[in-house]
Amino acid sequence: MTTRVGIVRFPGSCDERDAAYAVGLVGGEPQLLWHGDADLAGVDAVIVPGGFAYGDYLRAGALARFAPIMGAVAAFAGDGGPVLGICNGFQVLCEAGLLPGALTRNANLRFVHRWLPVRVEAHTPWSAGVQPGSVLSLPVKHGEGRYVHPQPHRLVEAGQVWLCYAQPDGSLDAAANPNGSTAAIAGVTNAAGNVTGLMPHPEHAVDPLLGGTDGPALLAPAAAATAPAG
Amino acid sequence: MARVSIDVMLKDEILDPQGQAIERALPELGFAGVADVRVGKHIELELPDGDDLEERVEAMASDLLANPVIESYTYQVHR
Repeated sequence: MTTRVGIVRFPGSCDERDAAYAVGLVGGEPQLLWHGDADLAGVDAVIVPGGFAYGDYLRAGALARFAPIMGAVAAFAGDGGPVLGICNGFQVLCEAGLLPGALTRNANLRFVHRWLPVRVEAHTPWSAGVQPGSVLSLPVKHGEGRYVHPQPHRLVEAGQVWLCYAQPDGSLDAAANPNGSTAAIAGVTNAAGNVTGLMPHPEHAVDPLLGGTDGPALLAPAAAATAPAG
Repeated sequence: MARVSIDVMLKDEILDPQGQAIERALPELGFAGVADVRVGKHIELELPDGDDLEERVEAMASDLLANPVIESYTYQVHR
């Protein structure tokens, strides 16, 4: 049975069709979900995609967290359902309190858009087949991607740091950190591990023509077959 | 009606690159000795007055206007 992956579409989302395309590529069945609906239409996993939800007018993600669908996403996450926030989706999940920390203005104030190496730090449902320590090549494109957390060592100890900006050989240094993120953090998980968020874009890294194919490795639930009901 | 002004600032421990950019620019314009520049948001609004006014202002500030993870807020009520 094909896994149905819901992709939330807010006014201002712009990567939801790329996410749907990537889900289809790995064998899942994408279903766009409207921000004004209050249920998830029975999907097996949820992606909150990139873009500028509600214009990011106050702060990135600050208004989107109050959308009717976010109540359903929070309930789904609370029940252990796999949720992935990409870029603006990561910002929305942090604002909603479903992920720890916050994302704010890049330290150099510039919009960064390039492919860069990202080191996988932890096992999550979304990267089930990827060994920690692996280095993936993924694109970023953001102006407010500086991850901030008051006690990053706590996140590290709890295994909630999912991805870090790294050199191609996996080493960490300031030059590899594109936005000044605390502890070079590019992605985190909630305490239970089922909710994940990252600034890089796995949904764009699905075709050699686009520059790389490491993205599907972070979309594992979309590829997983679920047991037939009944 | 009461008029309320709310200031939202990045917490002291959070890097403020906008403040840094201003701090670097001012000496070049001849303003020597400028230090510790911080940039924030100033929000003014009107709302119905009442005994629970401060409670409502604090709720809107902590729920929406500021992100308590990285920002703090102060406010003044002008009656």
